[in-house]
Amino acid sequence: MSQTITADRKWWSGGKSPFNVEYGKLMMWYFLMSDAFTFGAFLIAYGTIRFSSNSWPDPNAVFRTFPGVEGNMPIPLAFVSLMTFILIMSSVTMVLAVGAGHANDKRKVLIYMGWTILGGIAFLSCQAWEWTHLHGEGAWWGRNPFMNIDGSQSSTNFTNFFFTITGFHGFHVFSGVIINIIMFIMTWQGVFERRGHYNMIEKAGLYWHFVDLVWVFVFTCFYLF
Amino acid sequence: MSNEAILHEADVHTSHSNGHHDEHVHHHKETFLTKYVFSQDHKMIAKQFLITGIIWAFLGGMMSVLFRLQLGYPETTFPWLEDILGHWAKGGKIQPEFYYALVTMHGTVLVFFVLTAGLSGTFANFLIPLQIGARDMASPMLNMLSYWFFWLASIIMLSSLFVQTGPASGGWTSYPPLSALGGASEGSKAGVDLWIISMALFVVSSLLGGLNYISTILNMRTKGMSMTRVPLTIWALFFTAVLGVLSFPVLLSGFILLLFDRHAGTSFYLSDIYLASGEALPNEGGSAILFQHLFWFLGHPEVYIILLPAMGMVSEILSTNSRKPIFGYMAMVGSLFAIAILAFLVWAHHMFVTGLNPFLGSVFVLLTLLIAVPSAIKVFNWLTTLWRGNIRFTPGMMFSIGFVSLFISGGLTGIWLGNSSLDIHLHDTYFVIAHFHIVMGVASFFGMFAGIYHWFPKMYGRYMNNTMAYVHFWITMIGAYLIFWPMHYEGLAGMPRRYLDYSSWESFKQFAELNRFISTVAMIVFAVQLLFVFNFFYSIFKGRKVTSQNPWGSNTLEWTTPIRPGHGNWPGEIPEVHRWAYDYGKDGREFIPQTEPVGANESAH
Repeated sequence: MSQTITADRKWWSGGKSPFNVEYGKLMMWYFLMSDAFTFGAFLIAYGTIRFSSNSWPDPNAVFRTFPGVEGNMPIPLAFVSLMTFILIMSSVTMVLAVGAGHANDKRKVLIYMGWTILGGIAFLSCQAWEWTHLHGEGAWWGRNPFMNIDGSQSSTNFTNFFFTITGFHGFHVFSGVIINIIMFIMTWQGVFERRGHYNMIEKAGLYWHFVDLVWVFVFTCFYLF
Repeated sequence: MSNEAILHEADVHTSHSNGHHDEHVHHHKETFLTKYVFSQDHKMIAKQFLITGIIWAFLGGMMSVLFRLQLGYPETTFPWLEDILGHWAKGGKIQPEFYYALVTMHGTVLVFFVLTAGLSGTFANFLIPLQIGARDMASPMLNMLSYWFFWLASIIMLSSLFVQTGPASGGWTSYPPLSALGGASEGSKAGVDLWIISMALFVVSSLLGGLNYISTILNMRTKGMSMTRVPLTIWALFFTAVLGVLSFPVLLSGFILLLFDRHAGTSFYLSDIYLASGEALPNEGGSAILFQHLFWFLGHPEVYIILLPAMGMVSEILSTNSRKPIFGYMAMVGSLFAIAILAFLVWAHHMFVTGLNPFLGSVFVLLTLLIAVPSAIKVFNWLTTLWRGNIRFTPGMMFSIGFVSLFISGGLTGIWLGNSSLDIHLHDTYFVIAHFHIVMGVASFFGMFAGIYHWFPKMYGRYMNNTMAYVHFWITMIGAYLIFWPMHYEGLAGMPRRYLDYSSWESFKQFAELNRFISTVAMIVFAVQLLFVFNFFYSIFKGRKVTSQNPWGSNTLEWTTPIRPGHGNWPGEIPEVHRWAYDYGKDGREFIPQTEPVGANESAH
């Protein structure tokens, strides 16, 4: 394994890793590609059905509530913007945790992983509130109380896709939080310190950023359009 | 004929008999459970996949025998069938519901459980670490889980056979609305739920395996083993894994939506439906064709997931046993790559007659016919590899040549079916059955048999019996053509697939004799597969022992390991590689293993 690295590296010549990453990270990248296809299929299915429908409910009208506020907010999408902000901020703290890992700074890794976990839990809580609220309004799989933007009766596919795709994404966030908690505990116990590197944090970070990136697409497709 | 006689004994024993036969690097304590059941050794996992695959192949083949019995002898009753199958064969005749269940499960089992898990599960696991020079897979743990998810999927699929309402019976493609509505038929009830759950677990298994294969190939090659020096098997298994990792998740999404349609009252695939009872369903706004797109986005790459490992193994075996370098190594890699790309761009050719926009259809016709280019390159390269070779007709070699023959015959009819206008006539007829059984079913089986016969000595340290192998080859080869060739004529005459009884159709009555002939041959061929199974298990325990490290005189790394390699494959250092895998018949030498440094007066490939 001890290979001298010369000026011209032949990545494809064997004996060393072609992408200069360890296999675990390579596996994570391929897994994320695979998962991107899962979400891609969902979103394309959503697009297909939505564009073959004559009309569709207006997200600006549907997503207009905020916890603790009576009735509708003066601006649409306020709550989901907050959710998005929380999730993106948790990505920022994840980057900081990975950076602290590179510097072998156990204390800072713990702090930033803690914030990331907190951000994830906050996002999930927001989602739980939103789902409960929508359910209270009569929305669920197979039930859609919202009218189309042109005033006509809407099919149930608005809520069908909403709950399926945000649910699948929420499940990913949930798994991410679990993974991050495991990483936190392992860091706390000094596993990575003894190992001498924080690669595992980096791999968990890849997954977490992916989940955030997917949310950007989900947000765009469900709330903005 | 013994293997030594075929192999010109003298040449073979001279190579690499240099010691360490029974040394093992790792002397960790192994119990029955860790060695045979929850093994993390890639070789054992490969054998687990293979043997599970053989059991499934037996069941899947048996199903085809049952429905061929009905198709060949529509008038006859078989009281013993009722004894075994109860109400599924009332009065000794296979009932319509059961017939649909049989064809559905036959397709599912053979496509996914045998030719995907059984084929690439076996040979990717077995060959990747051995041929690239690695101790094991990147993650032996995930690799073990990959088998056990497959096992779980198998158990659930198997249990669906014993459900009161029967297993899934809407075809292996399980198109909604038939598969989405429990009320549509008996076979759309619990059987479909179990089918979907089983397939979802299968996707997980395939993902865990595929990620391992990819990262092992990219990252764990031994020193000197550049990507342009790996045997073609490795390239083929690499592209297979990439196809699986990128296409199975789309199927999973499709299945999740289908499960919601079945149980959560959604209408992803459903719209404007009246049941036969006259009842109107409330579902609005869905699209049944959406499922077909999601399904075939996997379904088409799937046929290459099945075919590519066979192509890779055949390339390797043809070259080894022709004692000639493979013709056009880089062209072979390039065409594998081209096939992998095109595999993702042709799925809608399965949907020409389902209401696809004809303009869109013409795009898919073009892309589909483009596949003929890399396929033809591969065929010509195989033929030129054989050309003027010093051919040794080992059983593995026979099946490899058989593969090339079947791939040509079945591939040519693909050109017919790829044309959307011809497809209007040929769609859902026996012509399609004949085409895909030859090009993908039997051909891939031939690749699998070739692989088993060729690498059996490495797997078990013993040979399989050659006499039984030759009987197996000739009857299967001739039988495959006798079964599927006549189906082309039936298909051209418009005879539709998935019909239980053709005797009441004036147009198809004329084929009664032909159907009986096909059924008879199918049963004979099935019986010969039992001979193979016997040979396989008998040889594991009683086969003639392998005495030399490199029995086929092959260049690749797996033959530098001890005859029965332990976990870790090589005692001591992993060998370094200095040349490509195909230096056969070079500079007056019959073969030069990859581990041999390039000589001063020798040109490197």
